[in-house]
Order: sequence, then structure tokens, then C-alpha cells
Amino acid sequence: MNVRLFLLLCLLPLSALAQGFSSLGSEADAEFATPTPNPAFAFPADHGPHPDYRIEWWYLTATLEAADGTAYGLQWTLFRSALAPGEDEGWASPQIWFAHAAVTTPDSHLASERFARGGIGQAGVQASPFRAWIDEWALEGPDFDTLSLSAHTPDFAYDMTLEAQGPLVFHGDAGFSVKSSEGQASYYYSQPFYDISGTLTLPEGQVMVSGQAWLDREWSSQPLSDTQSGWDWFSLSFDQGAKLMGFQLRQTDGSTFSSATWIEADGATTAYADGAFTARPLETSNVAGRGIPTRWQVALPARNVDVTVSAMNTDAWMGLSIPYWEGPVGITGSHTGRGYLEMTGYE
Amino acid sequence: MLTIKSVEKSYLHEDGRIPVLQGVSLALDQGQTLALTGESGSGKSTLLHITAGLEAPDAGSVHVFGKDITAMDDSGRAAMRRRDIALVFQQFNLIPSLTVGANISFQAALAGKVDTAHVTALAEALGLSDQLSKYPEALSGGQQQRVAIARALAAGPKLLLADEPTGNLDEKTGATVLEQMLELVQQSGTALMVVTHSPKVAARMDRTLELSGGKVV
Amino acid sequence: MIRTCLIALLSHWRRNPVQLFAYLAGLAIATALWSGVQAINSEARASYDAAAATLGEGRFDRLIPKQGNAIAQDTYVTLRRAGWLVSPALDVRLGDVRVIGVEPVTSPTGFAGLTFAEETPALMPGEPDLLFANAETAAALGDRARVSVNENVAPGVAVGDIGTVQRLSGRDDLSTLVLLPEQPIGRPDLETIAPGLRLQPSQQVADVAQLTDSFHLNLTAFGLLSFAVGLFIVHATIGLAFEQRRGMIRTIRALGVPLRTLVTLITVEMLGLAAIGAALGIVMGYVIAALLLPDVAATLRGLYGAEVSGTLGFRAEWWLSGFLLAMLGTAIALAGRIWQIARMPLLASARPRAWVMSGATRFGVQSVAALGLLSTAVLLVVFADGLIPVFALLGCLLIGGALALPVLASYALRLIEARASQPIWQWFWADTRQQLPGLSLALMALLLAVSANVGVSTMVSSFRLTFVGFLDQRLAPELFARVDNAEQSVQLEAYLIAQGIETLPLRSASAKIEGRPAQVFGVRVGPTYRNNWAFLAEESDAWDRVERGEALIANEQLARRSDLRVGDSIEISPDLTLPIAAVVGDYGNPEGQVVVSEEVFATLYPDNYAAQFAMRTGDAPALRAKIVEQVGLPENAMINQGAIKALSMEVFERTFSVTAALNVLTLGVATFAILMSLLTLADLRVPQLAPVWTIGVTRATLGRLELCRAVGLGVLVFACAIPLGLALAWILLALVNVEAFGWQLPMFLFPLDYLQLGAYALVAVALAAAWPAWRLIRTPPAALLKVFAHER
Repeated sequence: MNVRLFLLLCLLPLSALAQGFSSLGSEADAEFATPTPNPAFAFPADHGPHPDYRIEWWYLTATLEAADGTAYGLQWTLFRSALAPGEDEGWASPQIWFAHAAVTTPDSHLASERFARGGIGQAGVQASPFRAWIDEWALEGPDFDTLSLSAHTPDFAYDMTLEAQGPLVFHGDAGFSVKSSEGQASYYYSQPFYDISGTLTLPEGQVMVSGQAWLDREWSSQPLSDTQSGWDWFSLSFDQGAKLMGFQLRQTDGSTFSSATWIEADGATTAYADGAFTARPLETSNVAGRGIPTRWQVALPARNVDVTVSAMNTDAWMGLSIPYWEGPVGITGSHTGRGYLEMTGYE
Repeated sequence: MLTIKSVEKSYLHEDGRIPVLQGVSLALDQGQTLALTGESGSGKSTLLHITAGLEAPDAGSVHVFGKDITAMDDSGRAAMRRRDIALVFQQFNLIPSLTVGANISFQAALAGKVDTAHVTALAEALGLSDQLSKYPEALSGGQQQRVAIARALAAGPKLLLADEPTGNLDEKTGATVLEQMLELVQQSGTALMVVTHSPKVAARMDRTLELSGGKVV
Repeated sequence: MIRTCLIALLSHWRRNPVQLFAYLAGLAIATALWSGVQAINSEARASYDAAAATLGEGRFDRLIPKQGNAIAQDTYVTLRRAGWLVSPALDVRLGDVRVIGVEPVTSPTGFAGLTFAEETPALMPGEPDLLFANAETAAALGDRARVSVNENVAPGVAVGDIGTVQRLSGRDDLSTLVLLPEQPIGRPDLETIAPGLRLQPSQQVADVAQLTDSFHLNLTAFGLLSFAVGLFIVHATIGLAFEQRRGMIRTIRALGVPLRTLVTLITVEMLGLAAIGAALGIVMGYVIAALLLPDVAATLRGLYGAEVSGTLGFRAEWWLSGFLLAMLGTAIALAGRIWQIARMPLLASARPRAWVMSGATRFGVQSVAALGLLSTAVLLVVFADGLIPVFALLGCLLIGGALALPVLASYALRLIEARASQPIWQWFWADTRQQLPGLSLALMALLLAVSANVGVSTMVSSFRLTFVGFLDQRLAPELFARVDNAEQSVQLEAYLIAQGIETLPLRSASAKIEGRPAQVFGVRVGPTYRNNWAFLAEESDAWDRVERGEALIANEQLARRSDLRVGDSIEISPDLTLPIAAVVGDYGNPEGQVVVSEEVFATLYPDNYAAQFAMRTGDAPALRAKIVEQVGLPENAMINQGAIKALSMEVFERTFSVTAALNVLTLGVATFAILMSLLTLADLRVPQLAPVWTIGVTRATLGRLELCRAVGLGVLVFACAIPLGLALAWILLALVNVEAFGWQLPMFLFPLDYLQLGAYALVAVALAAAWPAWRLIRTPPAALLKVFAHER
């Protein structure tokens, strides 16, 4: 059980705790590969796992709507975390997998998690035909553009199909995404153009839904600097056609490090370095006993973006082994639309 | 400095309410000495207790230095006793587990104003200098009363109240103790009110007030 | 002011060190016994918890193979991929050590109680073959594996990562799959996904907790009793200290310390001292527990098969409970006294009332209270149902008995006094009677201690006699064997039959009978059963009827709980209901059991095989060797009767050594109470003794009389303690045991033991009285004369 905690500490920037345990992995640190600039991705192989890197994820979020106009949000994430670089047979595999699934409705938020060891077939990712799975949860299809998605939990379930309507987009410098002024970085690309439809099984019953999904692919070995306490990550789809991915990493001294990608409707991208993208909390909600900003003023002046981003349901709390906030948002202001917001490191 | 006005006090008894004090008034100036005499049950001890704030009167007032002690709460009266009013009883005055020295400086220490030189002088004057490290049980009755007097005066009170201070002593010792007390009272300018049934003691005071049936005769 | 006042208050203790000692030591001893017992209890419980966490047994449903004892690892993956949330476990032996492989990432319990920092290295690729075990187990593993010593792992077990355990045991499969409590919706049937597995519901068999709780209950009752005795002392000391300080309190108030300040200071002072006493007691308790714990561990391991680590940790639950209880006890004793001070007129007499000497009015109240409590006890005997009322009954009886003691003693002394002819003896008895109120607390403490000792030793010895008889019955066959699978079972039976050995195969299965978990046993009825089983109640042809499949035998637990008698019927399965032919005594087992013939058993459980065999043989070691050689059963799968009996007896001796140790300690506390009462009374007694001395009775005679008096009172207490103790034993055996264990024990009497105990108690009392008597002999005449000096 506590191993799980360790895995999440590796991933999430709860630096105070993570640093306490970082010595455990430090010997292996040197052996993990680290992202380098000017990446040359090869697909479909790069849709698969990169076991030489410490962490990796397949991160899907979707904004949905039922026939009656009710809005929903959905998350499905498969994480890979390596105790040591490389892969081995059976239980000797150093790879550990875990996954989060969540559904947000206007008045509730349901979340669940799974854990698995690598090497025995209980969980993993295969590039072609694409298959990412843990237990019976799966994101799979003949290729990366046509996928089916499922997750079943004691409280809820969903079964969806996804169809990509645009190209992959690469963040930062052609997929090399810098995370701090000290140079920590990850490989980061997305498929933000999925149409998604399917069935949500909720405690109240089944709902047919459809909408837009956004899949993030990211891997690294040293994602955050010790002085970073958490992040606020926005994926916004504007009704005007463009999309915006922006995040800010909060430093323990109160400053931030930001990065953003402007995505045209045709998939053409422009990357913005630290400072161009800003996000300022407007309103804080008491969620799970702590203050979480659930309304933001988000701006990218270079694109005349100045919008208010509000949580559809402020209670989108992922009360899992390591808790964080992740849920759908609505956009008003210079642009309108919908998107997803993830916030970590709020104590 | 001490003004007692129309003090009344009665106790509840099996046979009904028994009046003990019925409108007693008196006044005492700084440096004055007063003897309260009367038969047993005349109310003289009760008047002394009321003056000390140990008991509350049913009616009337007791002003010490202009402050009405009957209007105060327990902690206010306690503060008055610590600083301004000292008491000497007939017996059981001392704390048996403290040395004579500690007993003498006890009240002054409670009031937070121990004057070592003053304590030494008092002990000297009362002939207690050799007894300071002993415990009260090792002292004779006369010596114990001297310790009680020393303790009362060590705190530098404005008013000293004594209830039969020599009543438990033989005549000779009693006379000596009384003289020593009077001398010290006069030196310090403290007002003294003594409850006594002894005419000899009363005769040594500036004034005598006799109580009978709860009234000043 | 505060400092001066506090110094004055504390100076009392400096001038009265014996009182201070009584106060501190009373609290310390009370807390020591309580926290010592709690330490043993909580340490034992922690060991069970570790065991439960390590083994995960009983808490979760599990999937187990229908055949054999292995599950392919692919089946695990298949189940997970189908949405069955299970966690794999592999249970193997390395030498004598049970090694359990778990998968910490999916396991509902992780690595049994280990912290994250401890368990993570086991998964690191650089750390192969790493197991966790306590020091004892680690030593037993030797160099078979790398072991990280960790005392949180259950005794006798090593845990490790599933991959490590597979590697060490050379296996590539699993033993069981633990089913997580929460499962996703829309999961297919087990039969479709893994037809070779079946679901084993979380253990229906009551775990060891049920039995061990009874044992702990016993210990706790002991601890509480000792604690009560200690609080008696504290109560008395506080009372005395307050009486002696009345004058001081008056003076301090007259000199101008407000009541509120004084009350606060006294409370702080007394509770501060109590805290010191309690802290000392906790340290003493730790020492007591550390000395007793190896015995307790052995006791529980042998008696109930529960593994308890033989070392002691410093756990908050026991020291904190002891501390809080001590403070609470003090606070209660204090509250009454503070209340008195608060209400006391400032000028109340400064002369210490000899309060311990008075109290005639209290006698009346006490008589009424004693009568009330004892009447309640009688009512409870008739109507009590359930463990709590039975304990209430115990409480009523003990407190009522204790309160009645001084009243009874007073009457007894009056009678004796009337018969005494010599004046000195008349004075002696009258004086003794006058002292009763002052000594009554101590005498009551002694009464409680002695009766508890009588009661508990009667219970324990009765238990021992009954159990030895039971062992002789049940262990009649010379050799027992246990097999792991059906194949071995068939093989062994065939071999034994071929050898012409009388074989008693035993089949067993868990079932729910009369709505409660129970065991069903299938036996081969033969001369061994017929000759050795003694029934509590039976029909004349019980075994014949069982053999013919017409009836069954139920154990006492089942019969009692379900209120069944011989002749009543029991439904074993929906298809089978049989009448009870006999009820058998079954001690040390919490569960209901029914015994049927092996034919009946086979129709009920066709898949079940005989896992245990009892064999009659003249030469157990030889047969054992032959079975090892020719059937291939491991040596340690067999045990001979002598070994079992010896083990059982050893276990009992240990149980009793713990009980005996606690007996001695309780008696010690009571003795201390007497000593302290006599010492504190000594000063107050001087004015009473002085006149007798002046009349011409020497101090030596007075001292001897004091000693005599103590022994005389000791005899009186002892005379009262015997009936009270026997009543206590009867309640423990006939009521508590039935409520807690489900069976009644016959009560045996041990007059010699009681006499011995009485002798100990009298020696203890005499020792306690010796010092005060000696002090009296040494009292200088001046001190006695001072009584007559008018100044005093």
C-alpha cells in the first residue's frame, strides 16, 4: 500500500514529502535517461512505453454533454513509474503501473484507482496496434486515431469510442517541454482533436454522451525541480476553433514558471516561453478541507486571450492515494469554450 | 483609619436566629490601640473577624483606610489581609511544617515585600534570633506567640488584630509578650485592636470598648 | 504569593515523608500493576494484529483452487483483466519457517504492518531475495534468505515480495488470491473466468481473539482490582494529609490567600505529585510486564495457538491508560476534599480532628451500602444474563463484601470484648474496635486481595484439574498425524490398514449450525472413543446411535449457546437433521462442534478427506519413523500424545506462573496499604496509648499488643476472605466462564492452598505491623508525656 504512495510522490510535486524519500531512488537516478532537446519521435513506437525514463503517462480528459444538455467530464490516466530503468521478465520487472479514472457531473465527482506490477501482463502499453491497459481498464484500437476506452469501478463505469479529427501536436520545442528555469524538461505531445462518444454508467443510471477529448503523452525522469510545490494545468478548447494548453509551476517562493502552446484549428502550434501565459486565482473553494482555486483569470496577451476559467463542479477532488483536483471547466471572456483543469500540490 | 459603622451580625441556631452584633460602631486612628472586652459570647471575636474580612456582616460597613472591606469579594479581602491587616490568634497561628524563620517572613512573602533587615530586627526584638531554624513544635507557647507577632508585623500592616494573643500563656510570659507587642506596634505606628477578657491587657491599651449582648456598653 | 504558598504546602510533605511515600507509592504500585497488566495485554494484542495483518487470514474472502494447492500465475492476470480485483499470495515453507509472498502493490494490507520505507527496498531490483521477519524467525531462517529484521512481522512468519518468495521456493505459481473488499460493477462470473477456483468466504472460524480476549479479560480484572486497592491507599493518604493540614490551610487563608488561589494550588500540588507517582508506576509496570511477558507469550502460544512475540514495546495505549486512570482516581479522591475546603468556614477549628478515629456515623451508611450491594449481587446471580451483568455481579459482591467487613469486624470484636476477663485484654479489644474506622480501608484492601487470590487460584486450579482429565481422554491415541492433501490421506490410511493398526481418521469441516459458525467432525466410531470419552449428558447407547448415523454428539458450547439438550435435534445441513445423543465437555475451544460418523460426514462433504489421523500403537516413535519412510509424510506432520500432553501441561504451568505472580503483587499492595494505615495512625495513637503507658504497661508490651492486634485483624479478614473468595471463584467458573467461553467448569476446593495463602497473608500483615510497633517501642517517654502537657 505504501509503495503506491511512493510512486505518486515520484510523480507529483509534493516536494516536501518527496524529497524525504528521494534518497531511495537517487542511486538509480543516474541510470535513468533524461529528455534532451530536438527530439526525433518515431510513431507508432513512441506511443508505447519508454521504460528507461522514470515516469510516463497516457492522460485522457474529455468534456461531454448528454442529449438533455447536461455537461459531464471524464478522466482516464495510465501512469508508468519505474523503480529502476529498463524492463525485466515477470515479477523482476522494475515497472509499476497505476491508473486513475473519474467522472464529473454537475453535482458529483467520482474517482477510482488501480495498481499493478509490470512484467506479468496485468498492465502495460503496446504501440501497435495501440493498447494501454491495467486490469480490465483499457484504451485501445487499431491505431492511435481510433480508440475505445473503458473503466469500471464499484461506483461508476464508462465505455467510450474516440476518433481523432486532427494531427498530433507537440509542446515546447517540438515536443521538448521545459519545466523550470533550471532546465528540467519532459517529452510532451498531445492529441487534442478527439471526438468522443459513449455511455457513462452512474449511480443514477446510464447516460449517452458525446464531446471532445484531449490525450496528453508525457515522459521524463526528473519532471520537477525541488523548489516547485505544485502545478496548475489548463487545456482549453475555444468555440472560436483554436485550443490553448497552458501550465504554471508554482515555486515555493511564490513565483511561477509558465509555458503554453497555442493550437490552431488545423493543428499548427506556437509555443510560448515562461511569462507569456498567466493564470491568477479569482476564487477559492473549500474542497476536501483545503482551499482550492476554482475560478481563474487566464491570459495569453500575445493571442489576445483574457478569459475567466470556472470549474463546472468545484468538488472535482481526486481523493485517491495522493489527492489532487482535476475537472472540467467553462470559459468566458475574450474567448468562450470548455476545457479541463488540473491542480496539484494544494495542502 | 478604621471606621466600623452599625455592624450587625446574627447566626442561625437551632433555637432561631441569635443576634451577635447589634449596630456596633467604632473608630480607630493610626497608632492607636484599642481593647475589645466583654464576656464570652458578647460578640467581640466576631467583630474582630468581621474587621479582618474573615466573616461578612449582615449589615453595616467596615472601612480600613477608606476602603469598605465588607463590599469586597473573597480575593479583595484576602489582598487586604495580605497587605494591610495582620492577625494574631490565641493559638495555632503557625504553619507546623515551616521553620520559625520561614513562618516569620511568610505573610510578607505572600504580600511580596520581604524586608530581610526588618525580619531580623523583629526576631532580635522578640528574642527569637536563635530559634529561626527550628520548627514551631520545638518552641514554647510564648515563643510561638512571639513568632506569630513577628510574622504579623513583618508584613508592615496598618492594622494589627489580635484575638486573646496571650490567653494561652502563663501570666508572666503573657505580660512579657504583650509588652513586646505594644512596643513594636508603637515603633511602627500600627493601629492595634485586641480582643481580650483580661483587664490587665485592656489596661495597657489607649482605649477600651466593652461589648455586651452585641452592643457597645 | 503563589510561590510562598506552594512552598508552605509542600513543606508538609518534607516534614511528613512517610505520608509522601504512602501517597507516591500507593499511586505507583496501583499504576504499576494496572499498566503492567495492560502492557502484557496490549503487547499480546499487537502480536495478534501483526499476525492477522501478515497472514491476512480471516479478514478477506479468498479464491482458492478446487483441487490441489496451486493457482497458475496466468489465472491471476486473467482474473485481473476481467475486473476481478484480487491480490496474489504464495505460502511456502523454508525449513521450519512459514514464508508468505505477497504483492504489496495490490495487496489490501501491503506488507503486513511494515512502513513504506521498510517495504520499498524489497521491490528494488537491486535487492533480490529480501525477506522480513522478527529476530527469532530471522535466526531460524539462517542463510536461506537475506532477512531484514523487523519486529512488526508476526512471530514464526517471514514475509517477502511474491517474486522473491517464488524464486526462493522454486515455484512459479500462487497459493491463494485475496479478494479485495471493493469490486467494480459489471464483472463476469468466477465460473466463466476461472472455473478451477472457488471462493472461500472470510474465515467463518472464530479467530484466536475470542479465546485470548477471555484470558485478557481475566488479566484486566486483576489489574483493575489491584488498581482499586492502590486507590484505597491514595484516598486514605489524601484524607489524612488534608486533615493534618487544616490548620495550615486556615492560617494561609487568614494571612490573605484567596480561596480560589489556594484550591488551585492544592489541586496542582496533589495532581503534580500524583503524576510523579503514576510515572514511577508506569516504569515499574514496564519492569513487571517485561519480567512476565515471556511467560505470557508462551502461555498464549501453547494454549490457543496464538503467536505472541516475547518482547515488550513501549506502547502508548497501556502507559497512557495507566496514567490517566491514576490521575482520574486521584482527582476523584481530591474532589471531595477540595469541596470540604471550599465549604469550610475560614475559622473552622484548626485542631486536626482525628477523623480517622471518628466515623461512627459512617458505619451506619456503610452497613446500608454493603447490604444493598450484597442484595443486588444475590439478585444478579438469579437474573444476570451476559458478560456485563456478570461482571457487575462480581463488582457488587466484592465491594459489598469489603464494605461489610468493618461492620462485621466491629460486631465480632464486641463479642470478644464481652468475653475478655482481664482488664488489659478488655482495653485491647475495645481499643482495637476503636481503631477499626482508621484501619478499615486497609483491611478492606487486604480482604479484596485475599479473596481475589482465593477466587482466582480456585478457578485456575479447577481449570487445571478439569483440563488434565480432558487431555487424558482426548489424547488416548498414541500418535497423531496431519496430512496436506487427499492423496496423502488415502495413502496413509491404506498403509495403516495394511499394517493392522487401529486408525481413527478425523474429517472436519466448517459449517453454520444454529446460526453460528461451528465445526463438523466425522469420526470412525471405535473402542477408543467408546472407552475414553466421558459425556456431560448422554443416552445409554450414544455411540451406537452415532455409528448407525442416527444421532450426533454436540459439545457443551453448542448445547449451551443454542439451549439444546440430549434428545433435541440439530440441523447440520438443509438435508440432514439429527438428534443429540450426548453432550461432551470441550474445554479451551470457543466454537460449537458436532461429531457424526464418517459415513454421515461423507454424504455431507463428499470432497472432504481425512486430514488428521489418530493411531493406537505401543511404540509411537517406531510407527512414526515407518510412516516417514514408507508413506513419505514429513516428520513434523506427526506428534505423539506424550508430547502434546507435556506441551499442554507446560503451557498451564506458565499460565499459572503469571497468575501466581500477579497474586503475590496484589497481596503486596494490600500489605502496603496496611503498613501505611498503621504508620499514619501511629502519631494519632499516641494520645490513646499514653494513658495506658502511665498506668504501667511497658512500651514493649504495647508494641507486642499492636502486633497482636494486626495479626488478630488479619485472621478476621482471612476468615471473611474465604467465603468471599469462593463466591468469586464460583462466579468465575459457573457464570463468567460460561458467558465468555461457553462452557462451565466444575469447581474443586483446595483447602491446603487456602491455608497457605492465609499464612502468607498473616505473615504479610505481621510484617506490615512490625515497623509501627517497633516505632512505638522506641517512642521516647517525653513524646508520650507531651500528651499531658496542656499546650499541646
